[in-house]
Amino acid sequence: MTRRFALVVALVVLAGFTLAGFAQAAPPKDPIGVVTIKKGQPIHIAYWMVVAGPDASLGTDTKRGVEIAIQDKGGKLLGHPIKLSGQDEGCNAEGGQAAATKIASDPTVVAAIGSNCSSAARPGAPILWKAGIPTVSPSNTAPYLTDPKRGPEYDGYLRTAHNDKVQGAVAAQFAIKKLGVKTAATIHDGSVYAEQLQAVFAEEFKKLGGTITSQEAVAPTDTDMRPVLTKIATQKPQFIYYPIFIAAAGHITRQVKEVAGLEKTYLMSADGSFSPDFYKAAGEAAVGMFHSSPDFSAFAAGYKGFLEKHQKKYGEKPIAPFHAHGYDAALMVFHAIEKAAVKEGDTLYIPRKALRDALYATQGLKGLTGTLTCDSYGDCADPRIAVYQQTPENIKKLVNPESPFWKPY
Amino acid sequence: MARLTRRKLTPTDIVMWTIGAILIALILWGSIATLARGAYSLDHWIDFTIFGLAQGSIYALIAMGYTMVYGVLRMINFAHSEVFMSGPYTAYYVAAYFYRSGLLEAHPVLSMTMVFLVSMAVSTLIAYLLEMIAYRPLRSAPRLVPLITAIGASFFLQYVFRGLYGSGFQAYPVIRALEGPMYIGPVRILKFQLLVIFAAALLMIALYQFTQRTRLGRALRSVSEDKEAAALMGVDVDRMISMTFMIGGAAAGAAGVLYAIMFKQVHFFMGFIPGLKAFTAAVLGGIGNIPGAMLGGIFLGLVESIGPSLFLDGLGITAPYQLKDAIAFTMLVLVLIFRPTGILGERLAVKKA
Amino acid sequence: MRPETSERLPGLSLGLVAGACLVLLTLIGIVEAFSQREIVSGVLSMGEGLLLFTGLFIAYLAADRGLRSAGAGRALAAGIVCGVAAAALLGGLVLLSRAVNLRQVLINASPAVFQMLLFQQEELLPGLALLGATGLLAGAAAAGLRLLPPVPRKAVTAGLVLVAGLGMLQDTVYPVLSSWGPLGDIADWVFEGLGLSRGGALLLFLAAAAASAAWAVKGQALRGGIEKLSPAGRRGLRFAGLALLAFVLAILPQALGLFLSEVLTIVGLYVLLGLGLNIVVGFAGLLDLGYVAFFAIGSYTVAILTSPELGFFSLGFWQALPFAVLFGVIAGVLLGIPVLKMRGDYLAIATLGFGEIIRILVLSDSLRPWLGGAQGIGKIPKAEIGAFEFAGPQEIYYLILAGCFLVGFISWRLRDSRIGRAWMAVREDEDVAQAMGINLVAAKLLAFATGAGFSALSGAIFASKIGSVYPHSFNVMISINILCVIIVGGIGSMPGVIVGAFALVGLPELLREFAEYRLLVYGAALVAMMLLRPEGLWPEATRRRELHEGEIEPQAEPPAAAAAGRP
Repeated sequence: MTRRFALVVALVVLAGFTLAGFAQAAPPKDPIGVVTIKKGQPIHIAYWMVVAGPDASLGTDTKRGVEIAIQDKGGKLLGHPIKLSGQDEGCNAEGGQAAATKIASDPTVVAAIGSNCSSAARPGAPILWKAGIPTVSPSNTAPYLTDPKRGPEYDGYLRTAHNDKVQGAVAAQFAIKKLGVKTAATIHDGSVYAEQLQAVFAEEFKKLGGTITSQEAVAPTDTDMRPVLTKIATQKPQFIYYPIFIAAAGHITRQVKEVAGLEKTYLMSADGSFSPDFYKAAGEAAVGMFHSSPDFSAFAAGYKGFLEKHQKKYGEKPIAPFHAHGYDAALMVFHAIEKAAVKEGDTLYIPRKALRDALYATQGLKGLTGTLTCDSYGDCADPRIAVYQQTPENIKKLVNPESPFWKPY
Repeated sequence: MARLTRRKLTPTDIVMWTIGAILIALILWGSIATLARGAYSLDHWIDFTIFGLAQGSIYALIAMGYTMVYGVLRMINFAHSEVFMSGPYTAYYVAAYFYRSGLLEAHPVLSMTMVFLVSMAVSTLIAYLLEMIAYRPLRSAPRLVPLITAIGASFFLQYVFRGLYGSGFQAYPVIRALEGPMYIGPVRILKFQLLVIFAAALLMIALYQFTQRTRLGRALRSVSEDKEAAALMGVDVDRMISMTFMIGGAAAGAAGVLYAIMFKQVHFFMGFIPGLKAFTAAVLGGIGNIPGAMLGGIFLGLVESIGPSLFLDGLGITAPYQLKDAIAFTMLVLVLIFRPTGILGERLAVKKA
Repeated sequence: MRPETSERLPGLSLGLVAGACLVLLTLIGIVEAFSQREIVSGVLSMGEGLLLFTGLFIAYLAADRGLRSAGAGRALAAGIVCGVAAAALLGGLVLLSRAVNLRQVLINASPAVFQMLLFQQEELLPGLALLGATGLLAGAAAAGLRLLPPVPRKAVTAGLVLVAGLGMLQDTVYPVLSSWGPLGDIADWVFEGLGLSRGGALLLFLAAAAASAAWAVKGQALRGGIEKLSPAGRRGLRFAGLALLAFVLAILPQALGLFLSEVLTIVGLYVLLGLGLNIVVGFAGLLDLGYVAFFAIGSYTVAILTSPELGFFSLGFWQALPFAVLFGVIAGVLLGIPVLKMRGDYLAIATLGFGEIIRILVLSDSLRPWLGGAQGIGKIPKAEIGAFEFAGPQEIYYLILAGCFLVGFISWRLRDSRIGRAWMAVREDEDVAQAMGINLVAAKLLAFATGAGFSALSGAIFASKIGSVYPHSFNVMISINILCVIIVGGIGSMPGVIVGAFALVGLPELLREFAEYRLLVYGAALVAMMLLRPEGLWPEATRRRELHEGEIEPQAEPPAAAAAGRP
C-alpha cells in the first residue's frame, strides 16, 4: 500500500522534474560535477580540524570562527540552511587522510574548511580535490602547500593563513631594521609551522647581516624551559625568536626572566601565540615582547564585534589565535558559493569547478584578518603583516594590542 | 634464582655489557668534550642542577602514587596522570577566586593552604572513584586487563575535564611573595623552586614515615606483601587498597599545585607527560619501592636538565634539548642493563611482575 | 547502592547514579553539541536521545533489581523512582543555573542547554513539570520493557538499538546506501533533513523487531538443522561459507564506497600491527609498549628509499619493502638484546623508551638532512603491479588484505610450531621454561624480531598509503592503542585481533564526525568492555577456560559497575 503510494509519488515527482527540465534551462554543466540542492535541503559545508587530543584548542577555536560566520549569515545562504559537519584531523597525516576521505565520500558536501595542521593538509587536500571539493585552510602555513611546484592535485586548495615565508621574513627585518640587533637565537617546537618559520627567519636574518647564535628546539609538551634558556644565555643573544604555540611559548616567556643573563633580551613570537589565552599563559612576563600578526587595525571594529559574539556564544574569550582566519575562510566560501551557484526555480545548483574558480577569484574581500585576495596558488591572506608590542594594559585585559608597533609597508 | 643465573657469564651478558659500555663511553666522551669547550661556567651547572632538582621533586611526588599502587596491586595505574591533572585544574578556580578577591595578596599562606586542600581533595576523590569503578571489579582478571581499563579511564577523565572546563589554558595567579631569586651563600635560587623542593621533600618524608611507622601504614605494607595473609590477619584488604589509591591521589593533588606554582599553566592534557615521566621515574628507582620512586624522580629530573648540555653539546649536536627525552630513556635502559629491577628494586626481582 | 536504602525506596540509589550521569553529560557539553543533529527528524535530537537512552538504561537496571528482589510491582516502582530521581537531579541543575552563574567555571553550562532541558518553555515551572513527567514516563517505560517476556523484550531492544545506531551514523550510512541503485530511493525516504524521517524510523524499528523475533522463534531450529547435517554436508556448508567470505572480501571496497574502504584499510593496518604485537605480548608474554618504533622504522625506511624529495635512492615501493622488513627485524633484535633480563613492567617501560627514542630521533634537527626532521618526508610513491596502482583506499585495501593473510598465516603456523609452544612456556613461567631446556634468549629474540618484522611491513604500507611521513604519526599513543586492540580482542587470540581492531579502530573512525567527544566515548567504551568481558571479545580457548574455572562468583554485578563507568 505505502510502497505503491511511494512509487506513484516518485513517478509524479520524476515527471514533474522532467517537464521542468524541458520547460527551463537544463542544470548548469560543469567539468567536475554539479551539486543539486533541492528546496529546503541544506548547503553542506564540512570542516576538518583538530578538535580532539592535545592540540584540540587550535581546532575548537577555528571551528568557532566558522560557526560565528554562519551565525552572522543567519544560518542561511541563498535561501538554503547551512549544514556544518565536521571531522577530526588529529593534527597528523593519517588523521588528515581519514578525515578528508570521509568528507570526499559524501556527495552532498559543497566545500570544506580546514585543515589546521599542514601535515594533515598534505595528504588530505588532494583527496578532497579528487572528489571536486575545494578546501580553504584557516591555519596551514607550510610553504609547499601553495608552492608553484605543488602539482595539480592541490588545485582545490586555498588558505587564509599566512605563508611562513612572509611572516618569518618580516620578523627578521623587524629585528634588524627596527630594533637594530646583531645576534639572535631561535627556538622551535618540532611542529611543521614553527620549524619552518624559524628557518625562514634565520635565513633572512643572516642575509641582512645578523648572526644566529643558536637554533634550539623543545617539545610542545615541555614545561621546564630554564635549561634550554640557560644554554641560550651562554651566548648572550640580543633577540630570541620562538614562533611556537601558546603552552610552550607561555612557559618560555615566563621563564626567560628567571634565567640569569637574559633579562634584557628582546623576545618575539608569531601569530601562533598572538591570542588572549597566551596572555593568560604568560602573564605579566609578556609585557614588552613582540608578535608578528596580520594587521587587525583596519578592521578593529569588526573584530571587536566578533569578540562580543564569541563571548556570548561560548562563555569565554578565543582560546587560540586562528579564529579570525576561520571566520574569513567561511566568508570566502559563502562568497564564492553565492557567485558560483545557479538558481533554477526552487532548486540550487552548485557547479564544482565554477565554485573552485570563484574561490580562486576572490578579490578585495573584507574579512577580519584584512583584505583577502587570492593569488593563483591559493594564498589568500592579506600580505600586510605587522608587528605588535604587548603593553601592561592589554595583558591585564586579556585582549590583543590595538594598533601595530611597526609596519614593514 | 636470579642470583644463580647471574653467576655464570653468558654471551648475552657480554653483549649487553658491551652495549652498556659503549653508551657509557659515549656519555663520557660527550661530557669531556663539553667541559673542555668551557662554554658553561660553574654558575650555569649549579643552575642546571637546581632546575633538575625542582622538576625531579615533582616527578618524585607523582611517582609515589604509581609506586604505591604498584606495590599493592602489581598494576600500572595509567590513569594516575589524570588524578594528577584533576586536582590542580579544579583548584585553579579557587585560586583565581582568591586572587580576584584580594585574599591571595593579603594572606598568601592561608589561601594557598586552601588551594592545596581543594586540589588534594579532588584528586583523592577521583582516585577513589577510579579504583571503585574501574579496578575493583577486575581484581581477579589477568594483569593486563586492568591496564586497559586504566588507559580507558585515563582518556575518559581527560575529556570529561575538558568538557567541564574547556580546552583552553588557565594560569595560576602569581604569588608575589614567591617571585624572584634569593641567595643561599653564593648559590642563586628562585624562591618558588626552593619551596617546591622543600615541600616535596617534606611530603615524601611524611609519606614514608607514615607507611613505616603507623598502624595503618603497616597494614598497607602487609597488603602489598601478601594479600591473603593480610586478610587472614584481620586487615580489610579492599579498604587498604582504596586507602592506597587515596593516599597516592592526595600526593598527586599536592604535586599538582606545586607544579602549578612552578609552571602556572593548567589544562586538561597537563597530566599526560608528567605522568609518563613519573612512571618512568618509578621504574627507574625500582617500582613498588617508595624511596626508589624519590630517587628515580630526582635522577630523571637531573638527567633532563643537565644531560643535553653535558652529553651532547660537546659533540656538536644541534638543538640538544630536543633530545632530552631520548637521553632520559637511554639512561633508563642503561640503568636497567646493569640493574634489571631498578636502582633500589631488589625486593620484587623474583616475584613474577 | 546499599541494600537498606533500596529497601525503603526502590531504585533511588540507581536513580541518583543516573541523575549524576545525566548531569555530567549535560555539563561536559556533549548534550548541547549533539542537539544540533537529529536521530528522528523533528522528534528527537541526538542530545535528547543521549540523555533519554542513558536514563532508560539505568532505569532498566533498577527495575531489574526490583524484579529480582520482590516481583513486578516493585520493579515498576523502582523504574519510576529511578526515572523521577534522575529528572529531579537534572531539574536541580537547572535551578542551580538560575541561581548562580555556573559558566564562570563550567564552560558548557550554557543557557541554551538549560533551555533545552526545560523543553524550550519560557516559564520555569511548566518546563520542570515536563522534565519530571518525562522522567516518570521513561522510568515506567524502562520498567515495562523489563517486565515484558524475553522475546518481545529483545525485539523492542533491537528496534531501539537499530534506530539509535542508524540515526547516529547517518553521515556514514546514507552516502553508502544512496550509491546502491534501488536502495538509494529507500535511503532517500528513510533519511530526511538532519535525521531519520518519522516513517523511516518506524519502519526500521519494526524491521529490527521483526527480525529479532523471527530469530528468537526460528533461530534454534535453524542451528539444530545445521547440527543434524551429515559431516559431508557440514563440510560443504563450511566450504560454501568460506567461498562466500572470500567473495565478500573481494568486492567489499566497491560495495562500501570510499570512506568505509578507508576505514577498512586503517583497520587492516592495525590488524597487521596487532598480529605482530600478539606474538610478542600474546604468545611470548613480553609486554612491549614501544611497538610503534618498528612501525616507524618500516615507514621511514620506505620513505627514505623511495622519496625523490630526499633523493638518495628513489627506489620503487616493492624494492624498498624487503629493506623495510629487514630493518624492522634487525631493530627488533637490537632492542631485544638489552632488555633480555628485564621482566614485566621494567620491560614495558624500557620498550616505551625505545619507541620514544625513535620518534625523537626522526624529529631531531641534527638528523634532519637524512630523516626529514619536523617537515617529514613527502612524495612517497604508491605501490604498483604492472599498470595497476594501489592509489586510493579502494585499491590499497587489496594490498593490506594480502598482507593480513600472509601475516595471519605465518603467525598461525608459528603458534602451533615448536617455537610457538616455547613462547607460551616462556609466557607462563620463564624460570620453569628455562629449566625445561628452552633457550630463553633465542625464544625472546625471535619473538621480538617476528613482531618487529610484521610491524615494519605495516609501516611500509602505511607510508605508501599516506604518501608522506611525519614524526608526529609515531607517538606512544599508537603503541598503547595496539595493545588495547589485542587485549580487548582477547589476548593471544588471532581472530580476537581482528575483532579488537574493528571495535577499537573501526568504530572510532566511524565516530570521527563526533569529533570532539570521540576519545571520551572511546575511553568509556574501553572501561565498559573490560568490565563486561575481561577475557576479551573473542578469547583464546585455553584462556577462556582458565578465567572461568577458578571463578567463584562469575561476573559479580558487572552491569551496575558498567553503568557507573558510562558517561
